[in-house]
Amino acid sequence: MGKRVGMEVAIASAEAAALCRFDVAAVYPITPQSHVAEHLSDIVNDGRVDASFITVASEHSALSAAIGAAGTGARTVTATSSQGLLFMSEILPIASAMRLPIVMLIANRAVSGPINIWNDHSDIMPMRDTGWISFFADNGQEVVDMTIQAFKVGEDRRVMLPVNINMDGFQLTHMVEPIIMPDQEEVDRFLPSYVPYATLHPDKVVSMGTLGMPEIYAEAQKSKDVAIVNSIKVVREVWNEWEKQFGRKYEPIQSYQTEDADVVLVTMGSMGETAEIAVDELRKLGVKAGLLKIKLWRPFPFDELKKAVKGIKVLAVTDRACSFGGPGGPVFSEIRSALYDMPKRPKIVNYIIGLGGRDVQVEDFMEMTRKAAKGKLSEPYVFYGVRG
Amino acid sequence: MLEIRWHGRGGQGAVTSVELLALSAIEEGKYAQGFPSFGPERRGAPVTAFNRVDDKQIKIRSGIYHPDLVVVLDESLVALVDVAEGLKPAGILLVNTTKTLEQLKKDIRFEGKIATCDATGIAWKELGVPITNTTMLGALVKLTGAVKLESLDNPIKERFGRIAAKNLAAAKRAYDEVRIIN
Amino acid sequence: MTEKKWPETWQEINPGCMVFRPGSASEYHTGSWRAKRPIWENEKCIKCGVCYIYCPEGCVTETADGFFEANLDYCKGCGICAHECWPAAITMVNEEE
Repeated sequence: MGKRVGMEVAIASAEAAALCRFDVAAVYPITPQSHVAEHLSDIVNDGRVDASFITVASEHSALSAAIGAAGTGARTVTATSSQGLLFMSEILPIASAMRLPIVMLIANRAVSGPINIWNDHSDIMPMRDTGWISFFADNGQEVVDMTIQAFKVGEDRRVMLPVNINMDGFQLTHMVEPIIMPDQEEVDRFLPSYVPYATLHPDKVVSMGTLGMPEIYAEAQKSKDVAIVNSIKVVREVWNEWEKQFGRKYEPIQSYQTEDADVVLVTMGSMGETAEIAVDELRKLGVKAGLLKIKLWRPFPFDELKKAVKGIKVLAVTDRACSFGGPGGPVFSEIRSALYDMPKRPKIVNYIIGLGGRDVQVEDFMEMTRKAAKGKLSEPYVFYGVRG
Repeated sequence: MLEIRWHGRGGQGAVTSVELLALSAIEEGKYAQGFPSFGPERRGAPVTAFNRVDDKQIKIRSGIYHPDLVVVLDESLVALVDVAEGLKPAGILLVNTTKTLEQLKKDIRFEGKIATCDATGIAWKELGVPITNTTMLGALVKLTGAVKLESLDNPIKERFGRIAAKNLAAAKRAYDEVRIIN
Repeated sequence: MTEKKWPETWQEINPGCMVFRPGSASEYHTGSWRAKRPIWENEKCIKCGVCYIYCPEGCVTETADGFFEANLDYCKGCGICAHECWPAAITMVNEEE
């Protein structure tokens, strides 16, 4: 049935991993993920899960150790943030190439420089190309649910890919809020034991992490791409199953008041909840505003996006990161690219907001929507709220 | 929706207070948020922490700029920080102090209701330490009715174990003794 | 030399490029371009095993009666075993002989 409790979201994410009966946690602490690392360590130390906690020397080691563990068939979890994610970035594509279903909790935090420990998405955006499945949580409940769902999706034989769950650093991780924590029995029913495709065991020898000559590398990458593209079917399936068992609905793109909307905001992460209030306030003022919240970032939900934007005149895409020297925010550029071939498509504008923990308020969303409704901005992409 | 800002010094338990209040409200079936001012801080430095409490789901995730109640755990902050900044004119400023209204008005610019409670004195007596976070929870509950006083029981018991009873006693005294002084 | 067999299509690649046939590296006979080979004179050999330890290829093995020989599939004729042998029991001779 689950129990409604008040819990700090970072703690809740570790509790969710515990419910999944992980075998190995290899984690290196970094603000604002540190409560996740500490609590995973507590859970193992207290014997609440029959697991090992590997105290690694760095994030690079953390993911390396996680790959080793997953290779032996262990259900493996790790967590990081910002510079930590960048430090382990050389290993990210290896985890997906090796088809190991590691689950990683990311407390999204701005990337240096200047040094900033507060929330934005500039850590995960450079990792778009690494072949990991990516979920974005709007609130503590979603963090918990998505952690459990991640194991199920990643371990599915049709997928066999690592999954990361993105939760806004501080904004979510350090927030105490109501969460329905599922029971152990419910989670066991939803998530069976991990049966790996292959394991590193002397009795049945297999080589993992092999060399790929030019004659084979391209085929290997094609194989990986097909795997992650096809995984969206499994994500939808798992989310349907989740709704049946737990009563909470998840979709790759969630629409809010878009049925008759002219101008629609697009968000990813917890600021989407603030944006909902902005939509309500705008509606009261007679503005036909709406909101799309993206929950599945990779594999990119092309079909859901095309369906969601039908009839919409203007899309105001908000990004919490910028692709410097490129077409603007990552979400904006991907949405624009995804819709390019549609004969009828909305005008798309881009606001880069909430960088480095900059607070985004209801009034900000309202102003952005009003400006965007005119369909054009002064620049291709706008750094919203930047002084000067 | 009730929005609260707490002022304290690092190590005085402001973050614990917002957590306890959030947990109490959630236990009552309400919705709540409890969060610190995000970032690192050294012991003794001025910190703020925040609560939202509501009967319906709280969707807003931005900061709190116009609280309904401000709680000041350490009276030395009144001279350092504008504790009443953004406080709604119809709101209440709750200060842990034995000072009089005239003395407080030297540093505070706020025309609305000011409440005081000698939480430090209560804490010394009931807890043996000048940590006033749980004490002030009692005063807050009396002034706002955000939660029932009994709802603090379980969260405080879970958090403080053997010394929970003392903390509850301190909170009860503050609940009884807090006064609006203007 | 072994026959290189690349999976023809991407569909044929094992997930994760895993290889389920262990030890296939041994099919590469690295000794085929050897210019000199080591010859042991067992009368001088004191069975110390230094040649075995020093061989960088790891292809010097102990025989049933405790003497040593090189596996010529992999021996590249580097001569380190002869160089290190204490009683000078190993001689490098030209491959053609």
